[in-house]
Amino acid sequence: MNSMKRRIFLKGTLATGALGVAAGTGLLSPRRVLAAWSKEAFEAKDVNSALSSLLGSSDLTASDKVKIKAPDIAENGAVVPVSVSTDMEGVESINIVVEKNPNPMTANFVLGTGAIANVSTRIKMGKTSSVLAVVKAGGKLYSTGKEVKVTIGGCGG
Amino acid sequence: MSTIKLRANAKDGVTTVKALVSHPMETGTRKDSKTGEKIPAHFIQEVVCTHNGKAVMTGNLGAAISKNPYFSFSFNGGAAGDKVGLSWVDNKGEKDSDETDVK
Repeated sequence: MNSMKRRIFLKGTLATGALGVAAGTGLLSPRRVLAAWSKEAFEAKDVNSALSSLLGSSDLTASDKVKIKAPDIAENGAVVPVSVSTDMEGVESINIVVEKNPNPMTANFVLGTGAIANVSTRIKMGKTSSVLAVVKAGGKLYSTGKEVKVTIGGCGG
Repeated sequence: MSTIKLRANAKDGVTTVKALVSHPMETGTRKDSKTGEKIPAHFIQEVVCTHNGKAVMTGNLGAAISKNPYFSFSFNGGAAGDKVGLSWVDNKGEKDSDETDVK
């Protein structure tokens, strides 16, 4: 009888042990899903294929609700400050695309719970080009572009 | 030494996170001026910003982010003393993370 009890007890601990592991991996997996870095999108050579492979569509709607802040003239193409913000509802991601870079897809920021649609970073530009801010909200893509003149390129050399 | 400089400030219920990472961010297209050989690509592919352990912003990056990248994000909520973390992973699998208290 005594040994039986022990067996049950052992079984119990083993089961909770397994559950613990499952919960642990469960917690980790959503992050893994988010971490899917798309080689295809970031190595795409044109804007349309980059957008469709990353966001599922390249159908852009111009919207003045998407705000992009970037200099008119960037003296140094290696460091171009860019800020994108929007007051739209249900924003899923904010993307920065440089039309004439060898690989236009530059950054894709996926918003988590509580995140505000306002990101800033610094990018490299090979030559004068239009910088597109693409916001994915409610499954649709909205964009605003801004022409940035580059006097010294940031790629090569 | 950590490669990340991280600041987080809460004001009127909104926390702003500013981060500076030391990283070469090589595109893989640049050539070494002495040898003429291509410098292999080495750039951050992913940054994750967390608030008390929960991801608030995940950035997937291309090679066209500037050397020693700078990021600024903001999120609703967060109070002084909360933990804000930032981690990055590059294309060579190198990574780093840092954590700071919200001020």
